Amino acid sequence: MELYQGPLDTKEIFGRWLDEQANSNYGAYIPFVGTIRAEDDIEALSFDIYEPVLKQWFDAWQVKAQQRGAIVKMAHAIGDVPIHTSSYISAVFSPKRRVALELIDEFVEDFKANAPIWKYDVKDGKRIYAEDRSTAMDGAGLLA
Amino acid sequence: MIKVEFLGPIGKAPVEMEANTLSEVSSKLKEDAVISEWLSKCAVALNDTMVKDLNTPLKDGDKISILPPVCGG
Repeated sequence: MELYQGPLDTKEIFGRWLDEQANSNYGAYIPFVGTIRAEDDIEALSFDIYEPVLKQWFDAWQVKAQQRGAIVKMAHAIGDVPIHTSSYISAVFSPKRRVALELIDEFVEDFKANAPIWKYDVKDGKRIYAEDRSTAMDGAGLLA
Repeated sequence: MIKVEFLGPIGKAPVEMEANTLSEVSSKLKEDAVISEWLSKCAVALNDTMVKDLNTPLKDGDKISILPPVCGG
């Protein structure tokens, strides 16, 4: 898991991940790129991350992937990420394509629901919490 | 004494309190009207591990994190 201030250098990261696994005998490598779209007059999106819980979430996914002979990778941005640049990338390596195709779907969807990351629209230099696009995590409401 | 921190957009400084269970933490946090509104949609971590049981015992020095709705990516 890799965290960066600002937008991701997607080509460097994907290339490095590919090089690292060049001799691991994985038959499938499926990358996912999340790019900031221009919409609603935003200049950028901005992100807060709570790294200790994110690391636990990611480590648990790594165990799930290993049980299927695969590995998962991810990188995410902290702070402001301008439109048309990337805030999030992930990837799965597996011996055969079917596991990788299934895992990238499950991994990215669970990431959206349970990774402790908060998104803000940036308009006129101000950060506005993207409350309507956010999802309460598993177990929410415990203290209500 | 335990510490409660409020993550992401909640925008409130950490607080310290005496509490033996998460139920007691809940009661004390509800005294703050703004925080009370957040609680129904927030998940909870104890010492950076997610928890789902109100009877979870607490000890001196524990850290509780309040996690509002998320949207990574």
